[in-house]
Amino acid sequence: MQTILEPQTSFSVSDAGFYGRFGGAFIPEMLYPNVEELRQNYLDMIADPGFQAEFWHLLEDFAGRPTPLFLAKRLSAQVGATVYLKREDLCHTGAHKINNTIGQILVAQRLGKKRIVAETGAGQHGVATATVCALMGLECIVYMGSVDIERQQPNVDRMRMLGAEVRPATSGSQTLKDATNEAMRHWINNPVDTHYIIGSVVGPHPYPDMVARFQSVISEEIRKQLLVKTGRENPDYVVACVGGGSNAAGAFYHYLHEPSVRLVAVEAAGLGVTSGHSAATTALGKPGVLHGSRTILMQTEDGQVTEPYSISAGLDYPGIGPLHAHLFESGRGDFYAITDDDAIEAGFNLSKLEGIIPAIETAHALAALPLMNLQPDDVVVVCLSGRGDKDLSTYSKYL
Amino acid sequence: MTTELTQNRITDLFAHKSERLLNVYFTAGFPHLDDTVTVLRGLQQAGVDLVEIGMPYSDPVADGETIQQSNNRALENGMSLKTLFNQLAECRNEGRSGNPVTVPILLMGYINPVLQFGVEAFCQKCREVGVDGVILPDLPLDLFLAEYADTFREYGILNVNLITPQTTETRIRHIDAESDGFIYMVSSASITGATTGISESMRAYFERIRAMNLRNPCLIGFGINNHETFDTASEYASGAIVGSAFIRHLEQNGPSPEGIRNFVKTVRA
Repeated sequence: MQTILEPQTSFSVSDAGFYGRFGGAFIPEMLYPNVEELRQNYLDMIADPGFQAEFWHLLEDFAGRPTPLFLAKRLSAQVGATVYLKREDLCHTGAHKINNTIGQILVAQRLGKKRIVAETGAGQHGVATATVCALMGLECIVYMGSVDIERQQPNVDRMRMLGAEVRPATSGSQTLKDATNEAMRHWINNPVDTHYIIGSVVGPHPYPDMVARFQSVISEEIRKQLLVKTGRENPDYVVACVGGGSNAAGAFYHYLHEPSVRLVAVEAAGLGVTSGHSAATTALGKPGVLHGSRTILMQTEDGQVTEPYSISAGLDYPGIGPLHAHLFESGRGDFYAITDDDAIEAGFNLSKLEGIIPAIETAHALAALPLMNLQPDDVVVVCLSGRGDKDLSTYSKYL
Repeated sequence: MTTELTQNRITDLFAHKSERLLNVYFTAGFPHLDDTVTVLRGLQQAGVDLVEIGMPYSDPVADGETIQQSNNRALENGMSLKTLFNQLAECRNEGRSGNPVTVPILLMGYINPVLQFGVEAFCQKCREVGVDGVILPDLPLDLFLAEYADTFREYGILNVNLITPQTTETRIRHIDAESDGFIYMVSSASITGATTGISESMRAYFERIRAMNLRNPCLIGFGINNHETFDTASEYASGAIVGSAFIRHLEQNGPSPEGIRNFVKTVRA
């Protein structure tokens, strides 16, 4: 059994909760006791052998880990490098999100919480949260923007079938940002008995670090699997899509301090980075504070948060996790922005070449491959974060 | 830049008055962009002790629906920090009205617009237009002390901190030691406008805080919406803060001075 605790270095979170100048816990006093309780306990809690045993047991027997590392031969031939796909799409519930919700439900139980609140955009995190709540018999409330409820109806039905209450977030643009606001408000109103399961590496410290640790199972497995398949632990590139950035954080985690491994983060350009309809946070954003952390976010000159746009509900977020903001600013990560059309094309491409229909979020990561100037002896791992079943109604418009 | 700062109006107020203080919140640029100073003057004429002006923000996580909607409306009206400071620029002077604003003014809002404006520029503007204090709920005390306290002090701007029923005694002592002006006591575990009435457990919390004999006076906010709740809060603290109820009043009745006078009279009775 492996521990998911890693030594502290420059791309790890500081004691005060920062990655470089990003991170921290910018929260109203009403949330301070909850966040502080979590901060004081999360490291010891997840290092505890009992926790580790239960976490790994659930990852294996419930979520279906380890997920395969698949050599995509035809895609490799097309892009002119060796491309492996880390098959997070094969996780129970259809995406990497379950890694985090399993970890956090165990934390919530140990904190004695009776109720779970969560936000969701595309519905994948909502489904993953509803799933672990059903498993553990905890009450579950999921906030989802009214617009997203309309466009992701199958996931709404899944959550309800799993026993969760889906509450529409009707403020603002009625998407992920607003669902997050509503979940935070719910937590303020219910501070004692409720745990908030944030779905990405965003939010106040310790959330970004805690979620990254739970998702770090992705790169832990990549290292072992790549060693068996290629004789080396380190690829030349790890590529992942970034909305808030949880699958990227997990895929990068064990490579953060391996300078020979380039970390490639792919954001959603929507209709084009400068079109006014985009979610390319690092290209368009400036440092600011959103949902409890200092990060890079899309905002007006006056500091009002801008409504993002992407064809994929999972990348439709105006901010980015503070770890990623630090990777961007420090130059440790390479950031690309992929348009809706290029993402859709990459989704169709993978479906036909490899027999795998990816989530549209994931398709953004695949679309970056031709832009990376890959060399024939390069080894690339793409985090195939989710499956495309939920996106069929969108894909079908392009058939 | 002046180094000789005049006394702060908030500190002055509490030096002279310690009972039944009424602080009223409203959102800048609501219901209409140019209503800010009208409402401010209306509140002063109605005899409120402090005025808290909301700096509208797109994502006010500590606020309930009423204040959220007033924030959205103000932003749609075109309100920004720049515009707000322009509106406030002349209010402390005699001006056309011959009616200078003398009531202590607090700005309440979220940290991001302030960061984009620039913290030092913000404090300088506050000083210039006569803002006495600031409430930034998503700027926790430790971050304020580490990064911004010196700047606030340099310009004589008070940073008002919140406590809640869940705040530990140790932390309350720490907040009290690091605060000037007053402490904003959030009445219950809630967002603004979410509660009605004052429960027994809230009374117990008010009593617990009163018994701590803090060096700063306290004003109780959240859920204070009428005469009864104002009276109860004033039994335990130096006074109270009315927000959502006044926003609802403005929404229904507009910014007329007479309406504001009646609203304040009803709360104070």
